[in-house]
Amino acid sequence: MDDKNLIAKRVACELSDGMLVNLGIGLPTLVARHVPADIRVHFQSENGIVGMDSLNEHGLAEDDLSDAGGNPISAVPGAAAFDSAFSFGLIRGGHLDVTVLGGLEVDEAGLLANWMVPGKMVPGMGGAMDLVTGAKKVIVAMMHTAKGAAKIVPACTLPLTSARRVDLIVTELAVIEPTDAGLVLREVAPGVTPADVVAATTARLIVPDNIATMAV
Amino acid sequence: MCKLTRLAEAIAGIPIGATLMIGGFMGVGTPERMIDEIVRQGTGELIVIANDTARPGVGIGKLIDARLVKRVVASHIGTNAETQRQMIAGDIEVELIPQGTLAERIRSGGHGLGGVLTATGVGTVAAAGKPTLEIDGRIFLVERPLRADFALVAARQADHLGNLGYALTARNFNPLMAMAADRVLAEARSIVPTGVLPPDAVGTPCVVVDMLIAVEARRG
Repeated sequence: MDDKNLIAKRVACELSDGMLVNLGIGLPTLVARHVPADIRVHFQSENGIVGMDSLNEHGLAEDDLSDAGGNPISAVPGAAAFDSAFSFGLIRGGHLDVTVLGGLEVDEAGLLANWMVPGKMVPGMGGAMDLVTGAKKVIVAMMHTAKGAAKIVPACTLPLTSARRVDLIVTELAVIEPTDAGLVLREVAPGVTPADVVAATTARLIVPDNIATMAV
Repeated sequence: MCKLTRLAEAIAGIPIGATLMIGGFMGVGTPERMIDEIVRQGTGELIVIANDTARPGVGIGKLIDARLVKRVVASHIGTNAETQRQMIAGDIEVELIPQGTLAERIRSGGHGLGGVLTATGVGTVAAAGKPTLEIDGRIFLVERPLRADFALVAARQADHLGNLGYALTARNFNPLMAMAADRVLAEARSIVPTGVLPPDAVGTPCVVVDMLIAVEARRG
């Protein structure tokens, strides 16, 4: 299993039957592949659907049905479509159980920056600020470092996505939980030691005695 | 039937410098025929309020390619390198708004509200210059309503009265924008006799639609 699918599989362990879940573009979309067959998770796409499904045959693309990236999708029986105000009502109104997003930086306070790099990349926040502020549980799914540079840092240098602390960080090396006391190392990936994680992290990590190995 | 308007005539009524709300999300549910006609007529200096600018050559991206837009109000432009290029060159002004806030600002503009309160953006650069209010111990940004001179909306079906029915994720911002502009121009993939759309299937009632773009004459 490659690093990104390992992250996605671990994130999928956080999902349970009946949850409403929003997956960000990129790595988080892989999570849908790893949902256990015996549970039903309702996937939202913020452009206006609950019950999105992947579409593997292009000959079946429907012009009026896409994901938030504009790519053709399918829908499960029982799906529902709605406008953008309703879609963000689900997100902000406490109805969304889990959002899984990528990250550029997460800091010791558990704050996320994931929408712009001043002077280099200004794509816009899209739905990210609403998702991080409004979801019941925010999971950041990202590679632990970028070109060797730490992404889990003492304090974000990039513009924040929200003032709300995220709930869990899942990387190819570790599962880290932001708490009132700081970032707690909860799990390491198979073959990874806590020292490896600390070495790849510039933020202060709280390293308890009992650290589990990721069940992936 | 008086709402039925030829495409060229409807677009000719949009002056240079107008503020347009344009429905769609990454080109899905976007009024492509109206956009193509704006490009053909070359109506410039536009202010466009929309979720995004799609991609070069797609939907609102065609207005960007033709350099007809001086200002964009959107939630993201990351999928359109040309919008970013024009922004960096100083040729186009871009205001980025969180997507849910954009939707609610448009909704409040169309529903006669003085704005909305949202926790989204508190403690971020999106809060710059905005007043805050504390309600029951929680801090909210005060976000102002958005309105436009024209709303350009796309529907799956319209009837002869101008009632609009939407499909799947092509709905997105269209019904919100249809409430929030002085003039509402609608195009539909098909126009069906009045009565074909059941009342429960009408997403935007005809009473807010000013012009329904006529289909082109059928050949043969």
